[in-house]
Amino acid sequence: MSKTIRLTPPLGDEDVRQLEIGDRVLVSGVIYTARDAAHKRLIDLINAGKPLPMEIKGQILYYVGPSPARPGRVIGAAGPTTAYRMDSYAPTLIKLGLKAMIGKGKRSPEVIAAMREHQAVYLGATGGAGALISQCIKAAEVVAFPELGPEAVHRLVVEDLPTIVINDCQGRDLYDVGVAKYRREGNG
Amino acid sequence: MREIEVSQITRAVKDAAIAANYEAGEDLLAALRRGMEEEESPAGKEIFRQLLENAQIAATERIPMCQDCGLAVVFVELGQEVHLAGGSLEEAIQEGVRQGYVEGFLRKSLCHPLTRANTGDNTPAIIHTEIVPGDRLNIMVVPKGGGSENMSRLYMLKPAEGWAGIKERVVETVRDAGPNPCPPIIVGVGIGGNFERAAYLAKKSLVREIGHPNPDPELAKLERELLVAVNDLGIGPQGLGGRVTALAVHLLMEPCHIASLPVAVNIQCHSTRHKEVAV
Repeated sequence: MSKTIRLTPPLGDEDVRQLEIGDRVLVSGVIYTARDAAHKRLIDLINAGKPLPMEIKGQILYYVGPSPARPGRVIGAAGPTTAYRMDSYAPTLIKLGLKAMIGKGKRSPEVIAAMREHQAVYLGATGGAGALISQCIKAAEVVAFPELGPEAVHRLVVEDLPTIVINDCQGRDLYDVGVAKYRREGNG
Repeated sequence: MREIEVSQITRAVKDAAIAANYEAGEDLLAALRRGMEEEESPAGKEIFRQLLENAQIAATERIPMCQDCGLAVVFVELGQEVHLAGGSLEEAIQEGVRQGYVEGFLRKSLCHPLTRANTGDNTPAIIHTEIVPGDRLNIMVVPKGGGSENMSRLYMLKPAEGWAGIKERVVETVRDAGPNPCPPIIVGVGIGGNFERAAYLAKKSLVREIGHPNPDPELAKLERELLVAVNDLGIGPQGLGGRVTALAVHLLMEPCHIASLPVAVNIQCHSTRHKEVAV
């Protein structure tokens, strides 16, 4: 039976170990954004032995490139982007202690294995619900790579950002389990 | 001969780009409501509820439905009796996209393919111009998201593969895309033409009103067959499992070379946006 859990980073192993695929997770507190270009920069910094612009250990990364904020607003639309494009970078960050990623779409076997080995989870937010999700974002500031525009790393303060556990620490995948339930003979 | 000042085109494109991103079409809203009723999975129903709420927030708060405000694809139908004055059609459209994306607080998502440096104003738009009889000028702005575009495919089949081969490839494309292109999706299929024409047909098919049956009864029947097949995959809303993977399948077909059977499958996320204006 799926449950609803509230999480606020920094997270420890025990925070993510309790999560199972299908659980609802409401994320609050500080999270960081990063998508394609920012991931490449982060990995380049790690490979060069240089410090990262934000803490990774115990943190949550949100795969998002928000649309610009209107004057007086915190942020524009801010739904998740497709996660597989970050798959080649994710295991390195998971080894450094990243505890959760928020995105949409399937992860590679390598990322799922890294999550199992180092106790991390992948949370799905609703793709294309950018206006709805923006209402959970209470503050936003760019903390690294401002020249990347929508791809810059933002520090977000969020309140009850709704997600669902897609991959848990046991290597399970909600997409596989969910689809098997509704597939009809002949086409699966 | 009717004269149109190109500044009118710039204004029309700008307004259409903004409206397309903020306001879900009535056809999409109706399809989402229908999907919510038909969907059997509780998680899938909840996704439909969120998407309807999202559309409402976007319209009232004047915020894009999706942060991926798309690459602007622009379909132009230009009457041959029209004379355009004051500048070029191409530049007028690009300027409209530029102004719409900057002034409408839309995300600029275009970049250099290799350096990945952002072009800064979401140009260049991709423009398809068709010269038609008469003196009308219709412009349709179609912001197309990257996530669903990435899951699209082009096949050059052997003629012997026929309809069975086409059906198999459409189902395969949707299956392999899984949760990535933000289902519930719309599947645009272009059959025939040649390499580039099939892709164009697939894209063009997407702008038809969702749920509006194909005017060709034979194609309408094939669309229904494909819709059942892709929904039997069980992918469901957001790929969480469910009975509504696609809201619709749209087909366009044209003659092709005797050696070829080109098939393009253009996947469109649920955030299907198109705004048509007559100038």
